[in-house]
Amino acid sequence: MKLLLKNGQVVDPANGRNGRFDVLIEDGRIARVEPNLAADGAEVLEIQPGWIVAPGLIDIHVHLREPGHEHKETVATGAAAAVAGGFTAVACMPNTEPINDHAGITQFILKKAAEAQLARVYPIGAVSLGSKGEQLAELGEQKTAGCVAFSDDGRPVATALLMRRALEYAGMLKLPIVNHCEDPSLKGDGVAHEGYHASALGLRGIPGVAESLMVERDVSLAELTGGHVHIAHMSARQSLRAVRAGKDRGVRVTCEVAPHHFTLTDEALEREPKYDTNLKMNPPLREAADRDALLEGIADGSVDVIATDHAPHHADEKMLEFDRAPFGIVGLETAVPIVFDRLVHAGRITLTRMIELLSVNPARVFGVPGGALSAGAAADVTILDPDKAVTIQASALRSRSKNTPFDGWQLRGGVVFTIVGGRVVHGGR
Amino acid sequence: MTTRTVDRPSDSTRPESTGPGERPGDRPNPSEQAAPQLRSRHLLGIAGLDAGEITLILDTAVAMKEIGGRAIKKVPTLRGRTVVNLFFEPSTRTRTSFEIAEKRLSADTLSIATATSSVTKGETLVDTVRNLEAMSPDMIVLRHSSSGAPELLSRICRSAVINAGDGMHEHPTQALLDAFTIREHKGRLSGLKVAIVGDLLHSRVLRSNVLLLKTMGAEVWACGPATLIPSGIERLGARPTTSVDEAVEGADVVMLLRIQHERMHAHFIPSVREYFALFGMTPERIRRAQSNVIVMHPGPMNRGVEIDSEVADGPYSVILEQVSNGVAVRMAVLYLLAGREEGTLE
Repeated sequence: MKLLLKNGQVVDPANGRNGRFDVLIEDGRIARVEPNLAADGAEVLEIQPGWIVAPGLIDIHVHLREPGHEHKETVATGAAAAVAGGFTAVACMPNTEPINDHAGITQFILKKAAEAQLARVYPIGAVSLGSKGEQLAELGEQKTAGCVAFSDDGRPVATALLMRRALEYAGMLKLPIVNHCEDPSLKGDGVAHEGYHASALGLRGIPGVAESLMVERDVSLAELTGGHVHIAHMSARQSLRAVRAGKDRGVRVTCEVAPHHFTLTDEALEREPKYDTNLKMNPPLREAADRDALLEGIADGSVDVIATDHAPHHADEKMLEFDRAPFGIVGLETAVPIVFDRLVHAGRITLTRMIELLSVNPARVFGVPGGALSAGAAADVTILDPDKAVTIQASALRSRSKNTPFDGWQLRGGVVFTIVGGRVVHGGR
Repeated sequence: MTTRTVDRPSDSTRPESTGPGERPGDRPNPSEQAAPQLRSRHLLGIAGLDAGEITLILDTAVAMKEIGGRAIKKVPTLRGRTVVNLFFEPSTRTRTSFEIAEKRLSADTLSIATATSSVTKGETLVDTVRNLEAMSPDMIVLRHSSSGAPELLSRICRSAVINAGDGMHEHPTQALLDAFTIREHKGRLSGLKVAIVGDLLHSRVLRSNVLLLKTMGAEVWACGPATLIPSGIERLGARPTTSVDEAVEGADVVMLLRIQHERMHAHFIPSVREYFALFGMTPERIRRAQSNVIVMHPGPMNRGVEIDSEVADGPYSVILEQVSNGVAVRMAVLYLLAGREEGTLE
């Protein structure tokens, strides 16, 4: 079983490639990446001029909701959304029901992913039992079962002591702790970024400092322990400053930013329809100064990864008063067009940087395979059309949930083919 | 209650005397046949109203107030119309005021309070209202603890939605009745200095009043402890200060907002005692205002916390007039939103 990707513009930063190459895939693995390869019996996929052949994109922050909330998403529907969005692999957060704090649940998720045969799924285990912040989960067992990182996502790792121990223990296992940074007392019952727009709408505010205070704590604890902390869905300019300072002194800190945080600001809450619960996420949409700082961090390399925080919720659950609706939006199928349109075509980043943010760095940060089109590696490939005209249509999303604020957006750039293990799992225009 | 003479004849409160925010096209022109109207079929907040619309409501309320002075306080204007008062938060003053307003206009009214609704059985707001709508009401008056709840309803309702207070967002009929009361006393809104003192952060009355008074050309000062001043209040149109003396200095209107005792638990204020010492409206502090100052409070009052009893019951207090005017203003809103093709005021 051979597949030849013919005449593509290969953007493979990990191998220093950015040019015209053919990619030969044999038995699910990359066999050769060279110019002018002969078909030699292989099925040929002719890459159109202008299309990009990239190592498979990896989203290290998604919520697949199974087990427990299958009305929002399942491993299979989430994996379908992933490949439709160009992602060959996703890492799923443990805030399922029950919480993934045990090897048995990790095995269940992996079994569901294997049945779906779409994207690769890497479970993230809970840091603490029940994510309650009281007792460490069995991180070693979880690693053996297949977890690639640990997080109490949705809830911050509450105490400095638990974070310290988690960093030390996970450091021993050579896995990162991913933290949803937020000081609970400053967050309170806030639902929107603290500022003029929250005031005008009468919504309780969450200041950016609620996030950055804990980022500063975690950077200090990573420095103390030598552990690796990864800051999830970073939204505040103060957090970026703390991450940069940590990196400057050699602390093992990495961070991710979600597309909605570098695209939208809290000003959107006042547009019609006002109080759109598809603009409610945690951390909240922040002000222009934060968005601009994130854009700068994405461009200058301070931000390691773009991850979607794909958070499916049923339409009924979002059809509530703003302060009662759940936080979160889906992101798997909107990320690539947004990154193309708002970052690449806007001249903020190069194509190479785009692939670093969506493939190379996610693989490196979580220590998972992928991120490079190297001979011998699993043939996870994403083929992109930078000029594809895309209109986001919520009702057409593969995800079981349609909660996106980008419905109707017209963007330039999209996914053409997604190949996982040499198999085309999404493709054709 | 103290009676005061209205500074100007009521004729001067006609549309011709509206504030600077008004555009000529918004002004109801008496020479034309078409009756002036509100642009929206809902009243979700002051934020959606321009100066002409605010003036229209206030002018209509003048006629409505006259009805309340009659021996038979009832007109058939809304006969056959059904109004549902849907109150998800405890309220005595506002609910009673709406009910009286509806009855004086001959509407069929129904009041639902949260304790007796199916919300306690886990039904969502949207489902509750869809069920109510299946019985074909014409208007829904909504009080809800969540900011934006009236917006949500307006997107799914056939009925006209009137916001009777939503969370910390808006309380438009309160601001309108406040403006009506101010206009009765001062003859205008434009150019007045209005000091609003109290818990600004949690107050929907503050937001609606700032928006309305700014639109009508008044100068609004917002005063409270630093912990209770909302972020970005300047952009809303108020001048923030933590000095009550600065706020009250030369003020034409002093409006006090309630301080809830539970604010102590979230560290907003150390104690009500200290609040009164620093911000409480005493006769001494009131002396810095204009000699013909009026003192207002949307209620319910905490005597001895935000307001000294001597001020609350003093000659400059118009607190009970606000309550009386609330009925007239709400009649005006109901009347204007119901459409006037069928009813008259005669």
